[in-house]
Amino acid sequence: MIKTIKEQFLKIKKHQFLFEELVKRDFKKKYKRTALGMLWSLVSPLMQLLVMSVVFTHFFGQNKPHYMIYLFAGNLTFSFFKDSTNGGMNSLMQNSSIITKINLPKYMFLLSKNVASLINFGLTLIIFFLFVACDGITFSFRFFALIYPIICLIVFNIGVGLILSALFVLFKDIQYLYDIFTMMLSYMSAIFYYTDTYSHRTQVLFHANPIYVYITYFRDVVIYGYIPGWKTHLLCFGYACIALLAGALIYKKYNYKFMYYM
Amino acid sequence: MTKIELNDISVSYITGDFSTIGLKDVVIQKIKGQYKPKEFVAVKHVSFKLEEGELLGIVGSNGAGKSTLCKVISGIMRPTTGTMAVRGNIASLLELGTGFDGDLTVKENTFLRGAMLGYTREFMNNTYKAIIEFAELEEFEDRLFSHLSSGMKSRLAFSIACLVNPEILILDEVLSVGDGAFRKKSEAKMLEIIKGGATTLLVSHSLEQIRRMATKVLWLDKGNQIAFGETKEICDRYAEFLNGK
Repeated sequence: MIKTIKEQFLKIKKHQFLFEELVKRDFKKKYKRTALGMLWSLVSPLMQLLVMSVVFTHFFGQNKPHYMIYLFAGNLTFSFFKDSTNGGMNSLMQNSSIITKINLPKYMFLLSKNVASLINFGLTLIIFFLFVACDGITFSFRFFALIYPIICLIVFNIGVGLILSALFVLFKDIQYLYDIFTMMLSYMSAIFYYTDTYSHRTQVLFHANPIYVYITYFRDVVIYGYIPGWKTHLLCFGYACIALLAGALIYKKYNYKFMYYM
Repeated sequence: MTKIELNDISVSYITGDFSTIGLKDVVIQKIKGQYKPKEFVAVKHVSFKLEEGELLGIVGSNGAGKSTLCKVISGIMRPTTGTMAVRGNIASLLELGTGFDGDLTVKENTFLRGAMLGYTREFMNNTYKAIIEFAELEEFEDRLFSHLSSGMKSRLAFSIACLVNPEILILDEVLSVGDGAFRKKSEAKMLEIIKGGATTLLVSHSLEQIRRMATKVLWLDKGNQIAFGETKEICDRYAEFLNGK
């Protein structure tokens, strides 16, 4: 196991130049031919936030303290997940003309998409912390704990992306199904509502949703001022591992079958 | 030393399962009891051996399985049955014109393609100018790739690809790009690499080119290996076959 991981790392190192070029391409292409260009990675989450906060504070009367940050944390995390996995899903098919002509590790294309999304997420994160500062929350060393759920989420996204991209090659309908699935997931992730009024059992059930766990980690650290316990850490890690493992196994098994459907 | 050895290689594609005909038809066919995913065998029982420094010409009409065979040897596809041994690092240049990104500039595409072919950044920085010069695209460096003419595109593709320095070289319809002058230039360039000792597979529809360059010839027809052997003998037979059609 460790040996194969090491081999994979060597492989990535060997293709480092290609990887950098792919990341550049994916990031550039994202906003190519738009007037605002890269600014969109800042403007788009802000506008989403604006719409959501107007809707939920004015029409639904949410007025708990730091509601804006609560909303932002949820939206930020969920958008990263959605963007990353959607990009991952398309990564194989978009590059099919390359994959069928040149012998390259296929997951490179997926990873580069993920890195492009991560850069985007990083930019949004800066805005998030600006909001946090403006909302009167003082910074503390505790915030560094956020690195943990972010890393877990990155791994989780890669895993889900691997699974989706494989499915997408075999089964094009998945893009429509996944659209509906992410919509459902967004309602189940408590992005704009609070879960503390639900029964204990329902609250436990919420933790079956990986995205909810990652979002909660963010909120606990930033808004409620504590680092969650070991159970949450284990869950974060567990979900990421399961997704990555499942994705890696699918790739290992079907790696050469993809060709027939491209 | 034997560089490439293929024993009884067959490659089949699956056609007619749900991803090609759709779920509705699969269900209907299942109800009728007619459902069976068909296998399309693109390459059937091909065997040959190639020694170091040899140049194998592959001939055959469209759909003979030439490109599929190239994909198998370059490691992109796995053979369905049969065994093979390929010794040495491979550069396979298959249908060069594809896989570029129309939204990126010529320069960006050049670096990306160079990276795909396994060049280092250093190497690309040093040779970028030479590549553009060889492709005769000095004025187009910062244009979008999609704005180039198709001849220019393949010229660029060839110019990047021809810097490889492999032990095994696979060329699928690569030498027939650009106008007459460029074709001459590109063939000379390829000959240089081949003379450097690379074992080469050359797929070409130009029999004249095969006669001139190949040391061995493989003739495929609808996936079947019709003949493998000396250039002159098989080219003569193939020419006769073409005339008789």
